[in-house]
Parts: sequence; structure tokens; C-alpha cells
Amino acid sequence: MSFDFLADKDRIFTNVYGFQDWGLKAAEARGDWDDTKALIERGQDKIIEEMKASGLRGRGGAGFPTGLKWSFMPKESKDGRPSFLVINADESEPGSCKDREILRHDPHKLIEGALIAGFAMRARAAYIYVRGEYIREAEVMEAAIAQAYDAGLIGKNASKSGYDFDVYLHRGAGAYICGEETAMIESLEGKKGQPRLKPPFPAGAGLYGCPTTVNNVESIAVVPTILRRGAAWFSSFGRENNHGTKLYQISGHVERPCVVEEAMSIPFRDLIEKHCGGIRGGWDNLLAVIPGGSSVPLVPAEQIMDAPMDFDGLKAVGSGLGTAAVIVMDRSTDIVQAISRISYFYKHESCGQCTPCREGTGWMWRVMEKLRTGDAEISDIDMLHQVTKQIEGHTICALGDAAAWPIQGLIKHFRPEIERRIHERNGDTPMMEAAE
Amino acid sequence: MPKVTVDGQEIEVPAGATVLQACELAGKEIPRFCYHERLSIAGNCRMCLVEVKPGPPKPQASCALPAADGQEIRTDSEMVKHAREGVMEFLLINHPLDCPICDQGGECDLQDQAMAYGKGRSRYELNKRAVTEKYMGPIVKTIMTRCIHCTRCVRFAEEVAGVEDIGAIGRGENMQITSYLEHAVQSELSGNVVDLCPVGALTSKPYAFEARPWELKKTLGIDVMDAVGTNIQFGARGREVLRVLPRVNDDVNEEWATDKARYAIDGLMRRRLDKPYVRRDGTLQPVSWQDAFQAIADVNAGSSVAAIAGDQVDCETMYAAKALLKSMGSDQLEGRQTGMSYDVTSLDAVRFNTPLADLEHADVVLLIGSNPRHEAPLVNTRIRKAIKRGAKIFAFGAETDLTYKVQWLGDDLAGLSSLPQALADALEGAERPALILGPGALTIDGAHGAALKLADQFKMVREGWNGFNLLHTSAARMGGLMLGYAQAGGIADIVRGKPKLAFFLGADEVDFSQFDSSFKVYVGHHGDAGAHAADVILPAAAYPEKAGTYVNIEGRVQRSAKAVFAPGDAREDWAIFRALSDILGHRLPFDDFDGLRAAMFADVPALADEGLVPYDWAPPKLADSPSGVPSYPIRDYYLTNAICRASETMNRCSAELVHGVDMLEAAE
Repeated sequence: MSFDFLADKDRIFTNVYGFQDWGLKAAEARGDWDDTKALIERGQDKIIEEMKASGLRGRGGAGFPTGLKWSFMPKESKDGRPSFLVINADESEPGSCKDREILRHDPHKLIEGALIAGFAMRARAAYIYVRGEYIREAEVMEAAIAQAYDAGLIGKNASKSGYDFDVYLHRGAGAYICGEETAMIESLEGKKGQPRLKPPFPAGAGLYGCPTTVNNVESIAVVPTILRRGAAWFSSFGRENNHGTKLYQISGHVERPCVVEEAMSIPFRDLIEKHCGGIRGGWDNLLAVIPGGSSVPLVPAEQIMDAPMDFDGLKAVGSGLGTAAVIVMDRSTDIVQAISRISYFYKHESCGQCTPCREGTGWMWRVMEKLRTGDAEISDIDMLHQVTKQIEGHTICALGDAAAWPIQGLIKHFRPEIERRIHERNGDTPMMEAAE
Repeated sequence: MPKVTVDGQEIEVPAGATVLQACELAGKEIPRFCYHERLSIAGNCRMCLVEVKPGPPKPQASCALPAADGQEIRTDSEMVKHAREGVMEFLLINHPLDCPICDQGGECDLQDQAMAYGKGRSRYELNKRAVTEKYMGPIVKTIMTRCIHCTRCVRFAEEVAGVEDIGAIGRGENMQITSYLEHAVQSELSGNVVDLCPVGALTSKPYAFEARPWELKKTLGIDVMDAVGTNIQFGARGREVLRVLPRVNDDVNEEWATDKARYAIDGLMRRRLDKPYVRRDGTLQPVSWQDAFQAIADVNAGSSVAAIAGDQVDCETMYAAKALLKSMGSDQLEGRQTGMSYDVTSLDAVRFNTPLADLEHADVVLLIGSNPRHEAPLVNTRIRKAIKRGAKIFAFGAETDLTYKVQWLGDDLAGLSSLPQALADALEGAERPALILGPGALTIDGAHGAALKLADQFKMVREGWNGFNLLHTSAARMGGLMLGYAQAGGIADIVRGKPKLAFFLGADEVDFSQFDSSFKVYVGHHGDAGAHAADVILPAAAYPEKAGTYVNIEGRVQRSAKAVFAPGDAREDWAIFRALSDILGHRLPFDDFDGLRAAMFADVPALADEGLVPYDWAPPKLADSPSGVPSYPIRDYYLTNAICRASETMNRCSAELVHGVDMLEAAE
């Protein structure tokens, strides 16, 4: 059965490649800000119901249902505290590059989404936390916010809806951990970016101690279109529990790396063949794929080829959709070095707050380096695996898990390769022969 | 009251308790490094992981998880055991194995918990991390390679001490705890981070390599460096007190101690008076006790005798002197050395009526000529806690950094007669208003009366609450007042009487020129101002060298025990007076310390029971129109008494923290 590719008429991000202007006029021509007032007039509960019905799951990686998340926000402020929406544009996951396309080419989708989402969760303002390295993107975003203010679309009586809503842009300083929602809140408050303990969850006490929801850029930017075209339209894409369209970002050893909006659950093979011109050197040359950004375990070629690219489909092959940042590696890849480099990244980006991650990420990287050169013992592989298990699930935030999973994936699927290197380096005879 | 099950044992825990507290209530020990009862929860060491159902299928940090009804907590499961072993292994991979040369040895949380919860061996064969030392001042020695990043010190500095001098920089395994610019930590409480540090990263600089904890004889004492009555523990080896640690007393000092309380003790080994002296031909010459006593007897003072008590003497000393004077026919006693003469007809009008623990619940605090940061740092921490609960602070006096935000209302106390509206409104609406009248204000006529009037006007004394407070700086003050060491006109009354013989009980702050015509006997322990002015010096015991009763600002009677012997020929003060009384022909009616105490209790029954002395609130009517600018009497926090002035550490602190001498450069 061939897959129904997403038709152009069903694309939400119609300017993802920047062929058109990002400005307000062009955005309006693409359908943004079209009677936003009417969307708001549906009322908070209706909007949240519609979002729940659409089946949208958070696009930042964890895949938590967006409508449900909004419904955790207080319906009224009992003590005068305002609520806030924080939009996570700190896209730092290695492999991910979808939010920047929205920021620089379709910023008004995000601003309109912020207004509607903010209204639905009764937020007073939205803070867009942009990754520090996204300098041009932040400039465009800043200009787009100014356009929206000038046009009366946000600010006092936003879009003439009677609702006051402000949008602020905040630029990060280039720390990966600030993409974690509570670390982002700390950073917004001007503190060292370190994740907070949960509970309390941000919906109870977040930014400045006020109820806060943190959403990914893509999750917010798709909101206006979902409301305009209806939950049923959105949920017509993808398998049960994995509905909607999604921006996939394919990098690595494909003929044409790209960012593309596709329907959820698209099989990996179709995604690559249709949009990326196939694997470099053909499908036989495929070694492994990291399907959701560096923090998910890799999947070897034979398992990924026909896997549906969605939350559940990738979970079934022991990985995850993450941000849908698909990193394709062909047989020229030194897979141990690749994972070792990822380990270095997590060692470098660990905030240092809690023990397992602070001490463990450095340890893991150093052992990975030993495995890369083969200057190790076979028992080091098992020890490394145990160390990843000692980190996973023992930390405050998910960075510990993210650092552990790639290594677990490597050991699970490529243990023979690691052992081969150790034997080679030590000049051992392979075990099989020795036994004979 | 949620009901939880801990390892199968069902218990009920107070609402708001954490899982860790629930486990402790159930008698389970939960290992921890970052968690501390008196600091905010950080949850970063991950040592306290337990298994909790319902919840995610991974261990939870018990210090940060609220106990909820129906929780099933396991502290003994395989998962918990592995989690603890894992965290311990991580903590140890970069912790140096220098326990044999580490001052924390023997009282190291990491060492203890590694024994109890660790795996016993390491699998880490790579190089360990090394971290450069950070300069934190004359008191805190750093060996940052040992740091396990629990951030207790950071949280203490920020939350309790109120200075943001300690923090973390860097990320991941490069994260370092530092004093940023490596200046001395600007706090009177910095020594507490040494106790808080669960490893040997922050240790005590003056005590470095002095002793192991098991070598020390521990004696329970009371601190006399200020009037708060901090509960301390002397750690002594042989005849020397090597260190002072705070004891936990939630009513007084919680578990903190000031830097002075901890580190002035090295002054006990310097400039000590260890034999009697008599002034002959203008110079003090060592003599025997017999000769010294005879010199006093030769004065033939009759009843023309007075006694001035210093700031650090115990009640027993004051009582012995009082008894001797009484038997000679005199009641010329005074303890306010610097000439203060506030009204003492009612003791509750001159004490700190709000129990310190209750002060944290005050909602408006008015400071009048008081700088509690220097006069009583542990009162300041209580005010900080009150602020955290929402209290507003107003102050009359010169503006100074109290570590929190204060609404300054001007420095002239004339303002007390016409209150600014903001203050009046705040006091009017307050449920638990408190005022603190500092020693600076007490030198200004009418300030005491004006404060009493305010207290009356805004009903600061009400059912279950008394917000009228005097902040004394002298540990001997309240005890002295109870024993009658106060003349209506203060020390001026004594001077006017021109006593032939004047005893100075460790009194070094007196203007001795007033006593030119008197024969001055200094009974004390340090060669300071009092000894220099004296005609006869009788060497006595300092506070760790004698048992004694002290009454703190609140009127809390506390007893201190004797930790070591006084050096050389020095004797305990009461014994000196007892012996002298024989020579003077006025034998005192007690032969031992217990006899003295019994007599003292008979004289002042309130001293017999430890704890707060009860008084009825019956303030006197006093003049109430002050004018003038109070000055804070403590100009140099680190050098307020003879012991401090003899202390090398305190002099270093003074040079560096008060006078800004850069020790770091000087050392190079």
C-alpha cells in the first residue's frame, strides 16, 4: 500500500522555504491573521476542546497532548497572579532545524498562534525564548512582532477581540539545557539555566511563580490553521494517536537533506525517497538512523526502513520521534565516533546541577572515546551500559536520559563493532577461533 | 494528615511534609547531601532517592516530593539500593582520595554515607577532576577539588546570611562553586558554611590541621560575644579550646553561630593574664596572690567600694562581687560601662520581649537606632525570615546595609514624635508589630520613652504577642540588670561617689580616667584596657574556663559548662572573690560553687530556672521626645571585646572585611 503524501493544499507551513516574504502582508495573503477575532470569540473552552480533538501532540519532542496541557492552566486567578505562555524557540537539539524555518519565514503564524493559545489558556503574555545562535531569526521575529503590534493584532485589544495580550522576544545565550522548560523559565527570570524540581509543575508555579505553559514553536504555530480547518481535518492525517502534519528535518547521508512538512506516520522509506532523493549510495548503503534528534537511540537500517515515522511507530523500534530530526548515516559512518561525539555534546551541555548527569556524562564520554579507539576492555562495554542505567531516570530533568539513550542504542545494535575494535587494537584473536 | 506506608509500616505525617520527612518519622535513615532542614530544597544530589507508588517507574528524590495520602514508599528495595550506589559512585569518581589529610575526616557525610550506601569499590579508572581553590576570606578555607556541588553554601549565603557572594559558575562537570571575584565573603555568618559543607571542600581556616574530631573533649557552652546567647559546644584538647561549634537550639540560634562566636577563641591563648600583678612605681609587677590581696586590703576602703561589670561576665561572678560589696556595706554596682543610663525600674521594658523564634512571624518591624547585622547577627537572620514571610521593615537611623530592604525614615530620632504616614499605616494594620530599640538609640534621652509610647499607641503588646524589644550587645547585660548592676544615673552615679576601691570585672570599655582617684582592681582574663589602667590585676577565667549562668536578650537563663582550666595562676572569678573576702575580713557565706549558686538563687530566684524569665508587662512612664542622631556603637564588628582583640583571626577579619586590606595580595 502506498502512502498518501501530503497534498500542497493541506500544508500548514506554506512558506517554509522562504520563497515568499515573511512580512505581514505576505502572511495575510497566505491566510494568517484572517479574522483572528472570530477564532478568539469561540471562547477558551471551545478552543481547547478543538485542540484536544485534533490530536495534536507537542512537537518539541516529548509528544504530550497540547490541548490537554493547556487545560491544566487555572481557569481563574485566585490570588491575582497572571498566567504566561512561554514559547520554546531554543531549538538546540542536534539535527533539529524546523523552528528556525518558522521563525524566519513564517513568524506571523507563530505570533497568531501565540495570541490564540495565550487566550485559550488565559495567559497575559507570551515570551518567545529564541536560541542565542539564531541571530537573524530573532531579528525577523522581533520585526514581525513589531508589525503585529503596529497592526493592532496583538497588544491592547488584540485583533479587536477585547483581549489584551503581549508578546515578548527573549534571546538565550546558547545553552542547550535552556530548552528544558523549567530551565528556560529560570533563564527567562535572569538566573542560571538549571532545570527546576517538579512538582511544582509550571502550570502551577512557573515563570515568576505564576502559572505557565511552555510550548514548542511548531505546536503553537499550527494552532490557527487547526482551528480554521477544523480538528477533523488535522486528525485525518497519521495513525491513531499520532495525528496531524509534521515538519521533518532530514540531514546526513541522503541525496538532498531538507526540511519538509509531511503527514504523520509516513514510512521512513517514502519520506527519504520522495523528499530526499534516496539514501546516498542506495538503500543497501544505509547503516543506521537517529530518527528524532540526537537524544533518541539510533535504529539500525533494517528496522527503520519501513517504520512509520510517528511517536508510536518509532517507540516500537526502541527509539522515538523526538523533534523528527532524522539523522541518516550510511556505511561510511564511524558509528562509534558518531555516538561518542553526541556524548561529548551532552557532557558539554549538562548544567551541572545534579550528580548523575554532572559526573556521569563526562565519564560516559571518556569511556566512549576509549571504545572509539578500541583502547578498552570488553568489560568496559558492560560497565558503560550500567553507567547509562545509573544516569537514566535518576536526574532532575531529561538531559540525563538524553545522554544515556544514544549510548544504549549503540551498545544494543552495534556491540559487535565495538568489540571488533577492542580486539583489533589489542591484537587479540577473535573468540571463535580461539575456542577451536 | 496524609497517611503513607514506609517499607510496609503505615504512618500518618503532618500535612506539607515531604517523603523524606515521612521516612524519617518512620525511623528510616535517608542519605542526603544537598538537603538541609533550614535551607531551601535543591534536590540536586540525588542521594535521597526512594521508590514511591503511585508514580513513574523510577526512583524519586524524596527531599522534594510532597508526601501524599496513600503513597507506598520503599527505602529498602533493590531499585533504591542501586540508585544510591549509583549516585555514590558518581560522587566519588571525581572526589579525591585525600581523606587522611582532610580536615573533614571523622565528620564527613560523604565518608560516612560511602561506607553505608556505597559499593565499596570504584570502576572509574580515568583521571579525576582538579579544581583551583577559591579565596573566601580569613575564615573559610577551600579545597574545591573535594566539592560535590550540593550548593548548601550557596543557599546559605543567599537565604540565611543574605549575601550573594557565593555561587556556581560553569556548566556540567566544569561547574564550580566560587566567591566569583574571590573576595572574602562579606558576612558575619560565613563560618556556618563550614558546618554545612558535607565534605571537606569548605573547612575552617583557623582550625586547619589542628585536630581530629574524636580527639576533642566536647563541652556545652554559651557564647558571650553578643547578647543572643548562642548555644555552643567547646571542642578542647588538653588545656586549649580548639574550636567552637553551634548547638541546635531553635529558640535561640537555630543551628547557626556568628563568626565571632566560632573564631574568637584563638584569642584565649594570647595576651592572657596568668598571674596577679600590683602596680608599683608606676609599673605593673607580678606578685603572689597573697601580696595582691594584701595590696587591696591595704586600701582600707571601708564601704567606699564599687564594682563595674564587663560585657562578658557570668552571673556567678557578678553575684560574688555583689555579695562582697554588700558585706562591705556598698551597693555601688554598674554594668553599663559606656555610661548609658536608661531606666531599669521594669526589666521587661529593657529586654527583647519577642521570643526570637516568634520574631520570624512579625509582620512589621521597626528598627530604632539599631544595626542588628552587627549588634546581633542572629537576630538579623530572624528578621530576614520574617521578611520572607512578608514582613515590612522600617528604620530610624543612619542608612546601612542590613542585607535586606529597609524603608529608611531618616536618621534623627525626632521622627519618632511625628511618625511618617507609611509607618503609621503599617503599624496600624499590623497583627504582630515589633520594634527594636538599639543600643545607639539608648544613648539618646527620650528614645526609650518614645519607643514605649509607640508600643502603647499601636498595641505592640497584646494577647500572645509582645513586640517591644531592646537589643543589647552585652552578654552580661540582662543578668547584670537582674542582679542589680545598674544605678539610676548609670556609671556617672558611681563616679560621683568617688569610691576608694573599684573592682572592674572584665570591664575594658570604661573611661578609666573617671576613676583616677580610685584604687582600681581588674579581675579579668585579658591584658586589655582594664588591665592597663589597674592598680591590681587579679587573673581570672574566661568563659570556657568556668561554669556560668548567662541571661540573653530575651531574658533566657542559660548555663555554660567549664571546658578547660584557666592558664597559669588564673582562677575562677567567684573563687577570687571568696578568697579576697577572707583577707578583707568579710568572709562570704559560701565555700564552693554550688553554695554560691544557691545563694544567688536565693537572692534572684529567677536565675534558678533555665529558660525564659517571666515578667509582667508594666512599663514605666518616661520622657518621650527624643532628638538627635544615634550612632551605631559597633564600628568594628570583629573587635568588640578583649578576647576578639587578642584573636589573630578576628584581627584578620577586621583588617580584611572592615578595613578592606587585601589579604590575598598581602599573602603573595
